[in-house]
Amino acid sequence: MDDTQIDLQVLANAMTQGTPQSAALGFEFVSVEPCVGVLKVNWREDLVGDPDTGVIAGGVITTLLDHVSGLAVKAAKVDFNGTATLDLRIDYMRPAQPRRAIFGRAHCYKVTRSIAFVRASAYEDDPDDPIATAQGAFVLTGAPSGVSTQGAAKAAKP
Amino acid sequence: MSQTRSDRLNAMMASVPYMRFLGMSAELAGDEMTAILPFAPHLVGNVMLPALHGGVLGAFLEMTALAQLSVREPQRRMPKTIDVTIEYLRPGRALTTYARADVRKLGRRIANVHVEAWQENRASPVAALRGHFMLSSEG
Repeated sequence: MDDTQIDLQVLANAMTQGTPQSAALGFEFVSVEPCVGVLKVNWREDLVGDPDTGVIAGGVITTLLDHVSGLAVKAAKVDFNGTATLDLRIDYMRPAQPRRAIFGRAHCYKVTRSIAFVRASAYEDDPDDPIATAQGAFVLTGAPSGVSTQGAAKAAKP
Repeated sequence: MSQTRSDRLNAMMASVPYMRFLGMSAELAGDEMTAILPFAPHLVGNVMLPALHGGVLGAFLEMTALAQLSVREPQRRMPKTIDVTIEYLRPGRALTTYARADVRKLGRRIANVHVEAWQENRASPVAALRGHFMLSSEG
C-alpha cells in the first residue's frame, strides 16, 4: 500500500467504526475522491421509523447525510482537525424502500478559510432518484497544521 | 384524560424501533410534551470532546416533532417529514438532552413545527429545528 491508500484506509475507519454513532448505525465506507464521499447504511429492524411500513427512520438518513458531508469536507481539505455542523437542511422526496441499503453521497463544493459548503443526497440505487437531498454548512474546527497557525500568529501581532 | 394521552404517547414511542435505538422518552404536562434523550455512549459523534453526533441531535428534534404531532392528533397515522432545517448552536455534551416542540401551524394536510433542544440550561439551546410534516389523511 502506498501512503494515499493508507490515508484512505485510516479515513474510512475513522468515518465508520471510529465514530460511536456511525458504528452503532452500521455505516459502511463506500468511496472517497476529491471533494466527494459516499457511505452506506444497511436496513435494520431496530432503525425503523414507521412500524406500519418498515421504512427506516428519517433520523438515520439525517445522520447519514450529516456524516457523509463530514467525509466530503475531509476529502476537500485535509488540513484541519474536524468539522462541526452549523446548519443542515434536508428535503424528503419520498419514503425509503424498506429492507434496502441506503447510500449517502456528499459533494463539498466550496471551502473558505473557516466554512465548508456541502450538498448531499440519499438513494438506494439511482442518485437521480433520491430519497432525500441535503444542503449544509460546516465550521472547520482546530487550527490547520502549518499555514493557518502562522496566519493566526501574524494576526495576533498587527 | 391526561393519563390516556400519556398512555397513547408512550405506546406510540414504544412502537417506533428507532426511538428505542436512540433511547428517548417523553413526559407530558397537559398537552405540553418534553422529550428526553439520556446520554449514551453510542450517540457520540466526536470522541475527543466528547459530543453527541449532529445527526443524533437532528434526529432527536425530528422525532420530538413527530411525537408532539401524535399528541395533538392522536387518531392519525405517523406524519411524514417533508423538510427539516436544523441549526446547531452549541456542542451537544455528554449529558441528558431535552426538547420541546411548538406546533406553529396545524393545517388539514401540513403541519409546521419548531423544536428546540437544550441540556442543563433551557436558555442556552444546543440545537433547533424547523420542519414541515405531511399529515396522513387516513383515520
